[in-house]
Amino acid sequence: MTRDHFRVLLVDLSSGRGEILLLDGRNEWAGGSGLAAMLFERLGRTDKTWDHENQPLIFAIGPLTGLFPLMSKTVCAFKSPYHDQYAESHGGGRSAFCLRFADLDALVLRGKAPTLSCLSIGSRHIALKDAHFMQGFDIHAAGKMFRRMFPGSGHRSILRIGPAGENLSPMACINVDTYRHFGRLGGGAVMGAKNLKGIVIQGDASFPIPENKHYAKLFQEMHRLLTDTEIMNKYHNLGTAENVAVLNEIKALPFRNLQRTSDPMAARISGEQFAEKTLLRNTACAGCPVGCIHIGFVREKFMDPNQYLYRQVPYDHEPIFAVGCMLAVTDPFAALDIMEETDRAGLDMISAGVSLAWATEAAEKGLISEKETLVPLSFGDHQAYQQAVWHLANGANGFYRLLGSGAHRAAEHYGGKNFACVLGQEMAGYATGEVFFVSQALGLRHSHLDSGGYSFDQKSTEKNTGKAVDFLIADEKNRCLLTSMVSCLFARGVYTEARLSECLSAAGCRQLAEQSDAVSRRIQHKRWNLRLACGFDPDLVTIPKRFREVVTWKRPVDPDYLDALQKEYGRRIREMAAAESGT
Amino acid sequence: MKILTAPHMERCIGCHSCSLACARLIHKNLSWNTAGIRISSSGGLSTGFEARFCLACDPAPCVAVCPTRAFVQRPGGGVVVRKKRCIRCGACAGACPVDAVYPDFNGEPFVCIHCGRCVSFCPHDCLDMKDIADQKKPPAVGAQ
Repeated sequence: MTRDHFRVLLVDLSSGRGEILLLDGRNEWAGGSGLAAMLFERLGRTDKTWDHENQPLIFAIGPLTGLFPLMSKTVCAFKSPYHDQYAESHGGGRSAFCLRFADLDALVLRGKAPTLSCLSIGSRHIALKDAHFMQGFDIHAAGKMFRRMFPGSGHRSILRIGPAGENLSPMACINVDTYRHFGRLGGGAVMGAKNLKGIVIQGDASFPIPENKHYAKLFQEMHRLLTDTEIMNKYHNLGTAENVAVLNEIKALPFRNLQRTSDPMAARISGEQFAEKTLLRNTACAGCPVGCIHIGFVREKFMDPNQYLYRQVPYDHEPIFAVGCMLAVTDPFAALDIMEETDRAGLDMISAGVSLAWATEAAEKGLISEKETLVPLSFGDHQAYQQAVWHLANGANGFYRLLGSGAHRAAEHYGGKNFACVLGQEMAGYATGEVFFVSQALGLRHSHLDSGGYSFDQKSTEKNTGKAVDFLIADEKNRCLLTSMVSCLFARGVYTEARLSECLSAAGCRQLAEQSDAVSRRIQHKRWNLRLACGFDPDLVTIPKRFREVVTWKRPVDPDYLDALQKEYGRRIREMAAAESGT
Repeated sequence: MKILTAPHMERCIGCHSCSLACARLIHKNLSWNTAGIRISSSGGLSTGFEARFCLACDPAPCVAVCPTRAFVQRPGGGVVVRKKRCIRCGACAGACPVDAVYPDFNGEPFVCIHCGRCVSFCPHDCLDMKDIADQKKPPAVGAQ
């Protein structure tokens, strides 16, 4: 049975001591995104910078976590080093289950550990251990060391940062259980600023299931829908990598720093090609029978005559887009090589790939030289990119430190703003048109998953600003509910609002089930309120010229429509933020 | 008499659906521990997964050490657990050579009863119920 309040562990990293907070608000904020916003409002400071010691790093799960299949995600919230505003990033692995079985609805970290450290928690323990000897460890080496230092194989989650996080790169991610990430907006640097190399969460407690016959039957039905039907086939089969060929076909695949939206060479790094040539196996987040995580392999001859090693590298559409398509690296194994290095360094794959694409074009145009890039960058040269990601993660010189804070910031200094493919942060892998560009540029997480703008572009041929913005806001609200449960968004076709209400009722959250519409709207408004309180101004967001020159299967992008969408979406965002106190 | 087997663990994706199903349906718990089958990664996620469950010993060492006859021999292999007779001494867990008995925080032991309820929840058919007689036969030459 889901508790009617929140049980939150607040850890002060300066002292290594924790406090259990029992907080009301389940029926108002649900969990996940809602709980994270509630906690940030209570414990965060919109007027202090992201690296202030008392800023919270929040990990929150929801009322359905563990109780139904694919309720397997964790929401990480923090003040972002990328834009110094409120941010959310979502990750899976075992993190959500481990928090659930550690008997927590959220973990909040404040303060700064005296030395580089690792926090270990479970339902019955809290321990902060010195980990200074792990300084500079990549995420694989750190994972191995943490596995040795802490017990609980299979039922623990290991979150860690690589050198990028230690170096406070705004592009640093938090790696979760080797193959998943809190990828975007610099969560890794927040851990770095807190002197935290890793967090080991032991999921060691058990709880009675909800006391009603309906629960087990409903679980069975959700399991059937998610495994026996076609709804999830895409994710189980080729995975999100299926998108590469589809988008290339309809001229919506960003290629070569978005100089093109389709390229014959992209066929070589399609999901089909990755599966045929590189796919080693699938794996899953805990509680997900779909298993969308696709693991490819790379083999490396490290010594003559025949000494080889192999590496296992997770791939998805976004990494293929970012370090394959955008960098014109069209050999699957070469793309996996870059992914492997980017992962090891602890960088957000999308931002790393897209920012290096800008740097490559800037080098081609003579705006920067090898003096800045340290290695000669040219499209398709995967070996140079393997070195460049480490320069980026380490902040090897002033150029890479600036690039790590965003391609648009580097462009402000070196020139080339027109082709810095930044939509709030480095773009995601869709060039479907105006609605997507505006949805990412202004979206709360600057993520392609904030709302289905890319889908709207594909389904609608008309240029109707009001209709498009209505869609973005309604879709964002629906996703707010899902990310407050916390569901994997790949299950959004299965977990309709009606089914979520049924699941909440079975979990004992009847009031929440009856008010889900109002709750999701409240969460949506609160998040915008926090974002704007941190200084976000939708009118100041720049959508670079490169996006205005894109030609998709429909037609060339219409700059006037783009501007109208931005203006209207911005107006509605301000309205939502202002309405927050009244909802 | 059938027993639970895991002939295809190399297919396991680590979703824990089997453990969760056992805990939910048999023990009425939300748990991946208080279950007759538990999944763990074998040396990190990059090396795959292993399942811990009762291998249906006959005679079973956990039965031999149980001081209250809460654990009794299941005909053909494995155990029948009579929880009301258990004094939570933990001897069964200590005696199991394959770590198949999980004592929870209160010392209550959880072990596979070979009911097969978990099997259908595995998305990759890693698990199977097999007749004990078949299980103990050597595989036929050339069998796939």
